[in-house]
Amino acid sequence: MAFRRPFLALAMLLGIALVSSTSSAEDRSIVVASTTSTQDSGLFGYLLPLFKAKTGIDVKVIAQGTGQALDTGRRGDADVVFVHAKPQEERFVADGFGVKRFDVMYNDFVLIGPKSDPAGVKGKDIATALKAIEAKGAPFVSRGDRSGTHAAELALWIIAGIDVASAKAAWYREIGQGMGAALNTASAMNAYVLSDRGTWIAFKNRGDLDVVVEGDKRLFNQYGVMLVNPEKYPSVKKELGQTFVDWLISPEGQVAIAGYKIDGQQLFFPDAAKKPD
Amino acid sequence: MPDHLSALQLILSGDPALLAIVRLSLGVSLAAVALASAIGMPLGALLALTHFRGRAVLVVLLNAMMGLPPVVVGLALYLLLSRAGPLGELGILFTPTAMVIAQTVLIVPIIAALTRQTVEDLWVEYHDELRAMNVGALGRMTTLLWDARFSLLTALLAGFGRAAAEVGAVMIVGGNIAGFTRTMTTTVALETSKGNLPLAMGVGAILIVIVLAINAAAWGTRVWSQRVTG
Repeated sequence: MAFRRPFLALAMLLGIALVSSTSSAEDRSIVVASTTSTQDSGLFGYLLPLFKAKTGIDVKVIAQGTGQALDTGRRGDADVVFVHAKPQEERFVADGFGVKRFDVMYNDFVLIGPKSDPAGVKGKDIATALKAIEAKGAPFVSRGDRSGTHAAELALWIIAGIDVASAKAAWYREIGQGMGAALNTASAMNAYVLSDRGTWIAFKNRGDLDVVVEGDKRLFNQYGVMLVNPEKYPSVKKELGQTFVDWLISPEGQVAIAGYKIDGQQLFFPDAAKKPD
Repeated sequence: MPDHLSALQLILSGDPALLAIVRLSLGVSLAAVALASAIGMPLGALLALTHFRGRAVLVVLLNAMMGLPPVVVGLALYLLLSRAGPLGELGILFTPTAMVIAQTVLIVPIIAALTRQTVEDLWVEYHDELRAMNVGALGRMTTLLWDARFSLLTALLAGFGRAAAEVGAVMIVGGNIAGFTRTMTTTVALETSKGNLPLAMGVGAILIVIVLAINAAAWGTRVWSQRVTG
């Protein structure tokens, strides 16, 4: 045993030292369940250091689809939920899992497709474009992950009068992954895909893809934030979480959001000052 | 991490975010290997040296558990550790502790199963001698484990390899939080999803080099101590 024990003890000590040294200063931190779009676009990487400098609070972001992020909040595993699917968020608050929902910012969805545009949708409105994709049977990548973008996409198919769920068509490919993964897939298959503009601007592996439809009013994408209800889960860090929510919708937080740019392009547009819901 | 730099540039410049990721990956995996060895080696030796009804079933079960799907282990632990779950009070979901537990669950079967086979094989060789010397059960276990130590190193390395390469379980129970629970494997997954394929590949290459270095170090230790102890 003389060989095994010291090795184990050493490995254990080393492991514990490495783990614990990275988890110090845990007291002033909150867990925020948010979407892949806010992370993959780089927004959090920009905002959180500003928030930390102001308040000293560490924000730990779990990036999931909106559906999963709300679920994480519903299980009490996050202090704050910051997502983009208003009807689902309102249900979350109505069911007593969230305290109160605030608008934070918006951007818009864009339809991404091959530059060659095989379905001929460029410049059309979104409903006409989706009809053309269906008529041509052009490959379309769907998130298929109950995310905010997935919900928006399904609503747009309904507006276009197409029942994709029961069509089960070969051209409609549900991948069940985040925004970045969906863009990678579309890039590899030269397919159409609905994306939030922020993730698209930050996305690096574009291949032959470009924006084909934008500017339609129905492509509006609203983000909302809410504190998880401490009455449901006493473990929720009420003060720290509320500080984050308040900062996001404060003039200072709003200016910070507007200040996040990639190559001179603004990714998110603050709109908390609008009348509260 | 700055997106415009390659992984190589990040290492050479000693990027603190990348170093923290490497450190956490190693820390979690080493802690899991240590814990899993403390549980798996005695368990494997015990199973090798005892005979009881249903032992064959247990051996098959243990061998099969080497192939436990990490995502499923992650999900099961998530449900246990969630605030809404039975162990929610602990408040360790989305922490490195939860990641160590997940990896330990994954590699205990590997270490226990490989230990069981090694000790059982050695027992055939030592059987008569230990019987004649009237060595008790505990003495047999420790003697066999000690004399099999060089072979058991392979079991440790197999466990470490599994832990370091694993992404499904740590993603679910760790949450891939920047600077807190982000490991090398979850970084590769994240950077891939951002379309940052060169950086993702670079971090992957670092992981492979580190695993290689640890295996080389283990090999060196083995050769050296074999020479010293004979």
